[in-house]
Amino acid sequence: MDRRLIIEHIPRLRRYARALVGDRYVADDLVQDTLERAWNKFYLWRPGSDLRAWLFTIMHNVFVNQARRRRYEIEQAMEEVPAVSVRATQSEQLELQDVDRVLRSLSPEQREVVLLVAVEQLTYEEVSGALDIPIGTVMSRLSRARERMRQLLGGQTVMPLKVVK
Amino acid sequence: MKPVTEAELHTYIDGALSEGARAEVEAWLVAHPEDAERLRAYAEQNALLRSLYNPVLDEPVPAALLAVRSHAWRRYFAAAAIFALGIGLGWLVRGMFITPQMLPASLPRLAATAHAVYSPEVRHPVEVTANEEEHLVGWLSKRLGTTLKAPKLAPLGYELVGGRLLSGPQGPVAQFMYQDARGQRLTLYVSRQRGEPRDTAFRFSQEDRVSVFYWVDGNFGYALSGEIKREQLLNVAGVVYKQLNP
Repeated sequence: MDRRLIIEHIPRLRRYARALVGDRYVADDLVQDTLERAWNKFYLWRPGSDLRAWLFTIMHNVFVNQARRRRYEIEQAMEEVPAVSVRATQSEQLELQDVDRVLRSLSPEQREVVLLVAVEQLTYEEVSGALDIPIGTVMSRLSRARERMRQLLGGQTVMPLKVVK
Repeated sequence: MKPVTEAELHTYIDGALSEGARAEVEAWLVAHPEDAERLRAYAEQNALLRSLYNPVLDEPVPAALLAVRSHAWRRYFAAAAIFALGIGLGWLVRGMFITPQMLPASLPRLAATAHAVYSPEVRHPVEVTANEEEHLVGWLSKRLGTTLKAPKLAPLGYELVGGRLLSGPQGPVAQFMYQDARGQRLTLYVSRQRGEPRDTAFRFSQEDRVSVFYWVDGNFGYALSGEIKREQLLNVAGVVYKQLNP
């Protein structure tokens, strides 16, 4: 059965889920619900089409439903995230923590787009397909999310962008 | 200078611009240092997010996730049983057979034992070597009563060493052995399964030091064993599966 192909994607689903919800166990629950749904709906997957994108779509739907049901995201966002920018630091470890904290301060919609683009390296078209939103919405969410993260991180200068010419 | 759009600036960061468009954006950035600074920060965000979350890829996958199965299939089997045997008997059958464990626990155990016995062998790891691959596959196919294939794992660094015939609870068993450049060995154990033909998901079992991925396809059970990391073994198991089910 081609269903076993799904198993190959579990590590990447876990990476995305972890980044999306933060907590390891909540993330694995999300993966588990996604896999169950994928199994049950596998007949809807068109062989030859991108299985990974299809799984991300399922995870998105499960995530949205969970967030709606439990309001997990909103509570977490309100409890944990200070609305002030974090202190600039040279320490790599602290910097990663800062990025994570800032990531949590994004709305779930913005966070999904940023993670699918930056970490999962999907194309904008693939993100548009996975989240079922127009490409213009992908771009505006991406733009706002990146700018918000930049503002909150204090725009510190660590590695200059190489500009050719 | 032609103004570049916000979308083009992001596309530049995410590496999906054509040559010509890249040059235009770069020219724009030279003239607009505030945009250059902004993009630098965005590119850094990409790098930081990846270094933050890429390590998840190297974590072992929890067994609970590998064991996720279709509830729909279970319901389907249960419904079929009810249809065939009547409500009362159907419930009994569901209780007896429709459980999360649809595989004999003995398959990974037997495969791991065979792996542990033969893979350390220096002089006689196999009965028939890969030099006589055609003969080996023909012979084992005949004994198991099916057409076997020895998967080609050379692209993953594992060359076929050869194979042997073993005996199992359901009669003859085929074992193919592979080895990488460092002498790390994997074995593929193929045995006939009892009962009705069925398909199962990949399952994982840790048998002491031997990791085993196993599955059932129709009448045959397959188990890939090795003392390597679970993700690496899963990768090989995926290739084996695809080659056996083209």
